[in-house]
Amino acid sequence: MPRPARAPRDLIADQLVSFCDELRSEGLAVGTSEILDAFSAVEQVPWSDRLQFREALAATLAKSQEDRHLFEQVFDRWFFRAAELEAIDREGPVEADGAEPDRGESGEPIDGERIDVDELTEMIRQAIADGDDALMRDLAQLAVAAFGRRGEGSGVVGVDVQRIRRSLGLTPGSQAQAADGAGEDVELDRDGVRRFEGHLRRELERRLIERTGKLPPARPLADLDRALPTNPTQDLAAVHRSVTMLKRRLATLGNEQRGRRRGRVVDVRRTMRASLETGGVPLTLRYRPRRPRRPEIYVLCDVSTSVTSASVFFLSVLHALHDSFRKLRSFVFIERISEVTETFERERDFRKVSERISQDGGVADISGYTDYGRVWLEFLEEISADLDPRSTVIVLGDARTNGRDPHAAAFAKLTERAGRTFWLNPEPRLYWNYGDSVMAAYEPLTTESFECWTTKHLEHFVDVVAKP
Amino acid sequence: MSPPPTAAAGSGPAAGLEATRDALAASGYLADDSAALVSHLAQQLGKPVLVEGPAGVGKTELAKALSRATGRELIRLQCYEGLDEAKALYEWNYRKQLLRIQAEAGTGPEGEPAGGEVMEDIFGEEFLLTRPLLAAIASEAPVVLLIDEIDKTDQEFEAMLLEVLSDFQISIPELGVVEAQSMPIVLLTSNNSRELTEALKRRCLYLWLDYPAIDREVEIVRLHVPDLDAGLARRLVEVVGMVRELDLKKPPSIAESIDWARALLLLGADQIDSETFNRTMSIIVKHRTDLDLVAERVGMRLPAAGRNDGTS
Ligand SMILES: Nc1ncnc2c1ncn2[C@@H]1O[C@H](COP(=O)(O)OP(=O)(O)OP(=O)(O)O)[C@@H](O)[C@H]1O
Ligand SMILES: [Mg+2]
Repeated sequence: MPRPARAPRDLIADQLVSFCDELRSEGLAVGTSEILDAFSAVEQVPWSDRLQFREALAATLAKSQEDRHLFEQVFDRWFFRAAELEAIDREGPVEADGAEPDRGESGEPIDGERIDVDELTEMIRQAIADGDDALMRDLAQLAVAAFGRRGEGSGVVGVDVQRIRRSLGLTPGSQAQAADGAGEDVELDRDGVRRFEGHLRRELERRLIERTGKLPPARPLADLDRALPTNPTQDLAAVHRSVTMLKRRLATLGNEQRGRRRGRVVDVRRTMRASLETGGVPLTLRYRPRRPRRPEIYVLCDVSTSVTSASVFFLSVLHALHDSFRKLRSFVFIERISEVTETFERERDFRKVSERISQDGGVADISGYTDYGRVWLEFLEEISADLDPRSTVIVLGDARTNGRDPHAAAFAKLTERAGRTFWLNPEPRLYWNYGDSVMAAYEPLTTESFECWTTKHLEHFVDVVAKP
Repeated sequence: MSPPPTAAAGSGPAAGLEATRDALAASGYLADDSAALVSHLAQQLGKPVLVEGPAGVGKTELAKALSRATGRELIRLQCYEGLDEAKALYEWNYRKQLLRIQAEAGTGPEGEPAGGEVMEDIFGEEFLLTRPLLAAIASEAPVVLLIDEIDKTDQEFEAMLLEVLSDFQISIPELGVVEAQSMPIVLLTSNNSRELTEALKRRCLYLWLDYPAIDREVEIVRLHVPDLDAGLARRLVEVVGMVRELDLKKPPSIAESIDWARALLLLGADQIDSETFNRTMSIIVKHRTDLDLVAERVGMRLPAAGRNDGTS
């Protein structure tokens, strides 16, 4: 939409009003008085300062902790998109080879070649240590520019984020080496590195949009967020109901299959014995009693931070499954996998269970980032010998690999050994394969994959799985 | 509804965010970005601030620091269940009124009822017991008004409060309307024990205070206990952070961090090993059921006494 040149004040007013509309559409109670307050509040801060701008809006528009949470997500999405739209309006799509000069905050071109990577690394470490977000964002743009010049980009945002992070040697907990060897060491904390990654991601996404001239779909983040029970006990009852239903369905399913299955094994001895009554002619075949179908279920649950609210939901699913199925083994993973079957069997109280798992899981190794590939390899090596065609594997996770090797072949092996494999992803389908989600690598290998972020979805899963 | 008097009586309109933050720091309060900005906006826009957050994160202290920073008097209304207008706004001093009536009549308790003159007399300002809200409105000099733990009151009280905060005037039938002479900075705190009404929230700016980031908490601890070794202070804050991660009845607040720092200083501890921890953890953990959990989850993981790798 071409816009006539207008005073920035009017522009801001327009943008604010539609921003408030968006907040409203996500369920925040934003009325005219809030909009007016917001407007007077932003007039008190320099608009160029993103942090102050955001805080001024938050203080006037988000009136509870939950509101604040939603606000932040909408803010990021909305102002990010607004900036992009304008960029597209202004310049039109740019060629993929990066012919367009890179632009810094102020609009002057930044020359990637003249960026001294060591110096840049040093500055980034300092910015992370100081928690200086504005600086981090500017440096992230520089880092992406420098990285782009070296032609190492994979084109996949999530992968590039991790490549850049690694090429800068930014490992949480590592010490920064002062250039002259004499300065003090700065230790990088994990949250800081994550925040920096967030800036990298945003910048890479911005460039991707600039290249393709397309906006990512408006993501129903708030829905997602609201749907997940943030309070572990709140939806527990509903989860238990769905799982009980699953159990009942599976039980009847077992019977139907028993009736229909071909290839039943004739019990020769019993048939012969029965034939005695008919003069030795085996009129009625006796079958060997089928071994009751014992659904052995393996549940693998991602408990990393990228699925934190989902983890709570999933842990409650696990908890409920344990209530219903005796032959159930459960595992949690982040970078490594760890069996928690016993914990669930010992502890009946959900809070205690989740506490124990988060404390003693021992699943985070060094970086705290989920490593699906490594998890499959470990699972293959240690547990998969127990898998057989009667076993069902259920994976609960977002398939976000943080740019690491997904090791789809290992996952394939695992699904081959198991009878059925289901994947429950706590993100809406819309997000799958966006960013560092590699759902596409795994989905074809599963019997079926589902989005699962509400108890409704869980019920749907039950329906599908239990249907013969 | 009359428009409220202009804002920012205390500080110059140009006093920026950084100035606010510095002034708070100079008054012993280390505000994070949102706290500093909201304090700044509260003064510039003349709007009350609703501050929510867990216990002991500095909600009350923010109001006190604002009062010190702006040189304004702090008027505090501590809320509790059953708080009514008489205790929040004003009350007539019946005893004094009665004495006056008796004195005027000059005939003792059995005397004639007082005449009209006396009636007018005993509803004068000298018989008025001014409570915090009225005091804040009537004050000549601008004040900081702290309405602490508003969630303890009932909705009716909230409605009354909303009226006062919207009109900045209080009408006393016998005396007339008392209008605000100056614009107070108003902070309301809530521990979230009940949901406040939309109307009140609408009137306020909102500030969510959470446990501070490690660096800030270290600074706060060192501000209060300057003699404690810097490395030890950091370690202490880290350990408190670990304790907060557990699902406790009452997680340790900033106040507990400070108390613990004082205790460690007194004990002359130079590291937090499991022995020191077990000896002193009752300072940061008060609930009996919490104690066991903390001893098991945190105490056991700290290095044993004597080994010098507690701090890095
Ligand atoms: N940012 C800060 N800078 C300096 N001191 C602080 C800060 N935040 C909190 N404190 C200290 O922490 C202690 C607890 O703060 P305070 O009593 O204000 O908490 P509160 O949020 O009002 O708690 P409650 O909900 O229990 O009333 C006080 O001693 C205060 O001095
Ligand atoms: Mg308090």
